[in-house]
Amino acid sequence: MSSNNLDVARPADPSPLPSGSASVGSASVGNPFQTFRHSPIFFPLIGLVAVIVIMIFASGSFFSVANLTNVMRQVSINAIVAVGMTFVILTGGIDLSVGAVMALAGTIAAGMMVHGFEPVLALVVGLGVGFGFGLFNGLLVAYARMPPIIVTLATMGVARGLALMYSGGYPISGLPKWMRFFGNGAVWGVQTPIIITLVVYLVAWVVLERAPFGRYVYAIGGNETATRLSGIKVGRAKLIVYAVSGLTAAIAAIVLTSRLMSGQPNAGIGFELDAIAAVVLGGTAIAGGRGSVIGTLIGALLLGVLNNGLNMMGLDPYVQNVIKGGIILLAIFIGRERRA
Amino acid sequence: MSGTPLLEARGIVRRFGHVQALGGADFSVYPGEICALIGDNGAGKSTLVRILSGADRPDAGEILLEGKPVDLASPGTAQQMGIATVYQDLALAPDLSPADNLYLGRELLRPGFLGSLGFVDRRRMRRNATEQFSRLGVKLRSPRVAVATLSGGQRQSVAITRAAMWADKLIFMDEPTAALGVIQTERVLNLIKQVRDQGIAVVLISHNMPQVLEVADRVEVLRLGQRVAQLPTLGSSVEQLVAAMTSGTLAKEPAS
Repeated sequence: MSSNNLDVARPADPSPLPSGSASVGSASVGNPFQTFRHSPIFFPLIGLVAVIVIMIFASGSFFSVANLTNVMRQVSINAIVAVGMTFVILTGGIDLSVGAVMALAGTIAAGMMVHGFEPVLALVVGLGVGFGFGLFNGLLVAYARMPPIIVTLATMGVARGLALMYSGGYPISGLPKWMRFFGNGAVWGVQTPIIITLVVYLVAWVVLERAPFGRYVYAIGGNETATRLSGIKVGRAKLIVYAVSGLTAAIAAIVLTSRLMSGQPNAGIGFELDAIAAVVLGGTAIAGGRGSVIGTLIGALLLGVLNNGLNMMGLDPYVQNVIKGGIILLAIFIGRERRA
Repeated sequence: MSGTPLLEARGIVRRFGHVQALGGADFSVYPGEICALIGDNGAGKSTLVRILSGADRPDAGEILLEGKPVDLASPGTAQQMGIATVYQDLALAPDLSPADNLYLGRELLRPGFLGSLGFVDRRRMRRNATEQFSRLGVKLRSPRVAVATLSGGQRQSVAITRAAMWADKLIFMDEPTAALGVIQTERVLNLIKQVRDQGIAVVLISHNMPQVLEVADRVEVLRLGQRVAQLPTLGSSVEQLVAAMTSGTLAKEPAS
C-alpha cells in the first residue's frame, strides 16, 4: 500500500559493527501469561468469556450450534464495518459516515441490478462508491485538515441524502436470486457472511501487523508529528485509512443488501455507533495508537452475544438498551488508560 | 577546528513577521566533534537548528555541507545527506516497540515472495535493533515492549540510537537531557560521546553550562541572532560562556 520514501540514498540495512557484549535486549519481558496480561485484548477477552458464561446460565437455548451460528451471522455486518473503523480510530480519527455510506452503496448496487446492469458490475460499483466516499473523507481530513468528526458528520448527511435521492426513499427490491448468497448462503456449510468477515479480518490483521503501512497507522495515532518527521507521508496514510473505512462499509452493505434482498436507503442508521462501540470494547484507544483488529472482533462478538442473550432472556428491549450502555461504560472504565 | 567544516552556515537571516530571529548568523561544525550551541533564550538557537536540519527555510544566507552549497528543503533532504535531528519532544511513536521505532519509515521487508507482498521482517529488524543498542551501550529491557513503557532516559536513548543509525555525518540534539534525572542524564551524555566516537558529529543545544563543558569539544555562542563567539571547551569556564552569551564578549581572564 504505502511504500517508504526515504531509503533512496540510505543503506536499507546498516550493518552494525560486531559487538563483544551479549545481546542486551533479547531478554524476555516475562512469562507468556504476563505478556498476555498486558496485551490490549486481555480485558475484552475476559469480558466476552464472562458474558458468554452468564448467558449460558441465564438462557438454556443460548449455547446451541444453531443459536451461536445465528449470533455470528448477526455480528458479521457490524464486525466488518468495525474493521475500517479500527484503522481510522488507530490514527486518532473517527468515521461517523459509515452507516450512511452503507445505505448509499447498498441502494446503488441494488438499483443497478434492478435496472439490468451486469450484477458483478453493480457489486463493483457499490464497493467503489464506498471506497470513493472514504477517499473524499480522507481528502478533507488529511489535506484540507478538517476535524474528522465534523467532516464525517457532514458526509454522513450527504451520503444518506444521496441514498434517499437515488432510491426516491423506497427500498429497491427485485434483486437476482443469486444475490442471496452473500447474506444467506453458505460454502461447505459455513455461512457466507462469516467467511467474508473472517477474510476481511485476516487481510486487515496482516496489513496492520505485518506491513509497513500498519506501523504508520499506529505511529500516526501515537505521535503524528514524530511520524511526519520520520519522513512518512502522513497525509497519504490517512487518506488510505478513510478509504479503507469506506470500503469495509460497502462490503458490509453488500452483505446487508443480500440479507434483506433489497437496497434500503434507511439501512445502517446508528451502525457507526455500534462499530465505534465494538472498536472501543475491543481495547482500542479512542485517542489512537493502541489496539488491534482482533480486539475489535472480540468487541463485536461481545456486543452480539449481549444483544442475542438479552433477547433470549426475553428482556424488554428498552431495558436491554440501558443494560448495553451500562456494560459499555463498565468495560471502558475497566480498560481505561493503563499506560505507565 | 581545522580544515573544512562539515556543515557551515553563513549569514543566515530568518524573520517571523517583524521579529528577526536570526540576523546574519554564522555557524560551523567540524567532523567528529561534539559542538555545543549555546545562547540565552531568544538568541535563535532553535531557529538555526530548524534551518540546518531542513525543518525551516532561511530568508537569506548560505549553507555548505563539506564545502559545497546545499539546499536543505525538508527534513527528508537533510536525512538523505546524512543529517538527523533528535527533537526535544522525543520524536518517537509511543505505541511501537524500540525496534519498530528505529526502522519507522524504513522498514525492512521479508526476502522473497512475502517481501514483495509487503511483509515486514520483524525478526531481522528486532535483531539488528538489539545490535545497534548494544553497540552504543544502550540497555533496554526488551526491544519488543512499547516505547511508552520505557523511562524518559531510555526513550531519549532510543531516539538518539535511531538518529545515529540513519545519519552518518551529523546529529542535532535540542536539549536532549532537559527532562531527565541525574543518572539518566549521565547515561545519555555517555551515549552522545559514543555517537561521536563512531565518527558522527553532534551539535548539542544546552542551557546547562557545566554539562556543555563536560561533554562538548567546542562551543559556538549565539546572541541576538548572531554568532558572537567560538571557543574550545578546554580551558574555558562557565563564567566565560555566560559572559559570551549575555554580553557577547569573551571575558579573557576567567574570574579566579
